Amino acid sequence: MELHDVWFVLIAVLWTGYFFLEGFDFGIGVLTKLLARDRTEKRVLINTIGPVWDGNEVWLLTAGGATFAAFPEWYATLFSGFYLPLLVILGCLIVRGVAFEYRHKRSEERWQTNWEHAIFWTSLIPAFLWGVAFANIARGVKIDQDMEYVGNVLDLLNVYSVLGGLVTLTLFTFHGAVFAALKTVGDIRDRARALATRLGVVTAVLALVFLIWTQASRGDVWSLAAMAVAVVALVGALGFNLAGREGWAFALSGITIAAAVAMLFLTLFPNVMPSSLDAAWSLTVTNASSTPYTLKIMTWCAAVATPLVLLYQGWTYWVFRKRIGTQHIVDAH
Amino acid sequence: MDLALAPETLARWQFGITTVYHFLFVPLTISLAALTAGLQTAWVRTEKEKYLRATKFWGKLFLINIAMGVVTGIVQEFQFGMNWSDYSRFVGDIFGAPLAFEALIAFFFESTFIGLWIFGWDKLPKKIHLACIWMVSLGTVLSAYFILAANSWMQHPVGYRINEERGRAELTDFWAVLTQDTALTQFFHTITAAFLVGGAFMVGIAAFHLARKKHVPVMRSSLRLGLVVMIIAGMGTAISGDLLGKVMFKQQPMKMAAAEALWDGEAPAPFSVFAYGDVEKGHNKVAIEIPGLLSFLANDDFSSFVPGINDVNKAEQEKFGPGDYRPNIPVAYWGFRWMIGFGMASLGIGMLGLWLTRKRFMLPPALRTGEDEVPHLVLFKEALSPRFARLYWIAALWTMLFPLIANSWGWIFTEMGRQPWVVYGVLRTRDAVSPGVSQGEVLTSMIGFTLLYAVLAVIEVRLLVKYVKAGPPELTEADLNPPTRIGGDDKNPDRPMAFSY
Repeated sequence: MELHDVWFVLIAVLWTGYFFLEGFDFGIGVLTKLLARDRTEKRVLINTIGPVWDGNEVWLLTAGGATFAAFPEWYATLFSGFYLPLLVILGCLIVRGVAFEYRHKRSEERWQTNWEHAIFWTSLIPAFLWGVAFANIARGVKIDQDMEYVGNVLDLLNVYSVLGGLVTLTLFTFHGAVFAALKTVGDIRDRARALATRLGVVTAVLALVFLIWTQASRGDVWSLAAMAVAVVALVGALGFNLAGREGWAFALSGITIAAAVAMLFLTLFPNVMPSSLDAAWSLTVTNASSTPYTLKIMTWCAAVATPLVLLYQGWTYWVFRKRIGTQHIVDAH
Repeated sequence: MDLALAPETLARWQFGITTVYHFLFVPLTISLAALTAGLQTAWVRTEKEKYLRATKFWGKLFLINIAMGVVTGIVQEFQFGMNWSDYSRFVGDIFGAPLAFEALIAFFFESTFIGLWIFGWDKLPKKIHLACIWMVSLGTVLSAYFILAANSWMQHPVGYRINEERGRAELTDFWAVLTQDTALTQFFHTITAAFLVGGAFMVGIAAFHLARKKHVPVMRSSLRLGLVVMIIAGMGTAISGDLLGKVMFKQQPMKMAAAEALWDGEAPAPFSVFAYGDVEKGHNKVAIEIPGLLSFLANDDFSSFVPGINDVNKAEQEKFGPGDYRPNIPVAYWGFRWMIGFGMASLGIGMLGLWLTRKRFMLPPALRTGEDEVPHLVLFKEALSPRFARLYWIAALWTMLFPLIANSWGWIFTEMGRQPWVVYGVLRTRDAVSPGVSQGEVLTSMIGFTLLYAVLAVIEVRLLVKYVKAGPPELTEADLNPPTRIGGDDKNPDRPMAFSY
């Protein structure tokens, strides 16, 4: 296995980490409107991700930075080609971060409800758009011989990619509902579990169509295996959720996300961004990658830093392991 | 196409706007993290309540500020690919690595431990909670280092070769990129300048409260801490600025000649105090100068030769082919002056402030100040000269802005002084933009970011003002009895959280 193959895997891992972690905090953001019955319950939900959402988001920055360093051509084509959707995502992430930090900093009701609307929309929109973006990457877009994206923004909205967007949106919301059931106590926990069941069924239908479509158009035996894992894990997550085993349900909804991301990346390899105009113009792990020297340095850095990151981020989840309910929320600020 | 709306021009404006805006928050974040950590350390060691109140007060302002720093930072990373894709293709092999290092090593640290610090007051024992804010501080400094190493490579590319076949620059020596003199001096200069910002911020806000004789113990300590930080950081900024200047004279003679509006090389070269010139004809109409000083600043020798703008332009034309290799000279010239002027003024005010607020034991006992009393300045105000004393307080408040102005102009000078190069001597800015991104797209994003940033600036400043005016919080029993074990108190499962969103 050459270093650029290793980095292809590592980038897939970084995106998996991002969707696993920010997936549930996007989900929680969406649930503030679907699940919470009053302001206090909204705050319970927001506080389940309070200490961790910022750390989750860094997985995106790391995925971006690592793509820049390991596959500069991929980074350049992707980010300049998907300009407007990325602009929308960036705008959402800006407002979202500020919303979490500023919502509770004034006590006026209008101030707080405005930021709560912001949290909902800026969680929902990126959760949808990431699916659109990755479906387009997997499907292939109009890339010319200079590795430039030559399509327009409407080319990015097709049935397959919109379906992909709906899959990430529902899957993240399901993942978030399972997380909410795992992290809360009292009435909201029961309702989170019930909602997770309904969301899980919708997710299963959409995801099944999307994954079968992907498998039928580009799949091989490996992607089929990944798809099987995704499906089994999703069914398992639903089952454990019904049984009230929230920890297992959350682990399995996370595995569903990981397996679905793995499947997309498996159908890509050895391409990183296939061209729909001419297969010869596709970006691949070889023609898009950095030099072996750069990749070697990056590998050392990742080998040392990643275990540490997992260790202290894991510790954070341990520190804040207790469930919270409405009784834990203080009134005044 | 109209040059003013050409994608390159728009992309440059967008980069300038988003970067200067981002950099209003960065220096304050770097310095306030360390200062908050210092105050919390003082609380853990002395158990004096004023330090805990100070920690909570400055910590809250720090959090309001870092939120903006973090979210505007995301834009910076993605902008290279969005607006400057040919730059990314050309330098990704080199430039991407420090960026990825920054994310893996610094950002994870910063963002994870900030969550632990914010929500950890009732979940972590005192010392572990303290360690978290120091980790945040370490993260901010590491982040600055990696990003400055990347920027320094654009100022002075080292450790690379050009691969003609792939049409890109390739890394040959990463250690050289991380340790070259430009990176180290820029780091030294930027960090000290950041602490000048934080010191002045503390002084200004403490002065605001002390002028009203409110929260005196907390604010007196903060004022003195801020003033000491301003003086040390100010001197550090001056020393590192001189070092960086010497490096620049060797590596980017054009930038420094432009900074001095020195059109033709001279030996000895004078330092320009004021100049007004004709850019087209390449000479100054009005010039007030100090003889020999520029030679000294450049080469430690009052009579040495310093090349001028016209000399360097000619040399670069011979080396890189026909063209105009001059940056925007008025921006470079005045940017350099605003940077130094506002920076040095901050240092001067810091020194004056420390002198004015000393204990002054030569005064009669009635006018002396003890540890937790209103500083001497206020007594000065009442006993001696009410009008001047008031002016000092107002000056202290306005000084908050000085280092920020100096920082912004410093970056504008550094980045615009390098034009027309994006990577000095290697890649021109006009060859770096995304060829596939349309004028409409860049215009949309530029307007979008500018509007969003403007709205957020208003919100942020109003929040800061609200929390500044509210002053340091009163302590609760929970504050004074932090948990002794990780995860918090198990005996009372329904106890409300000490902090919640």
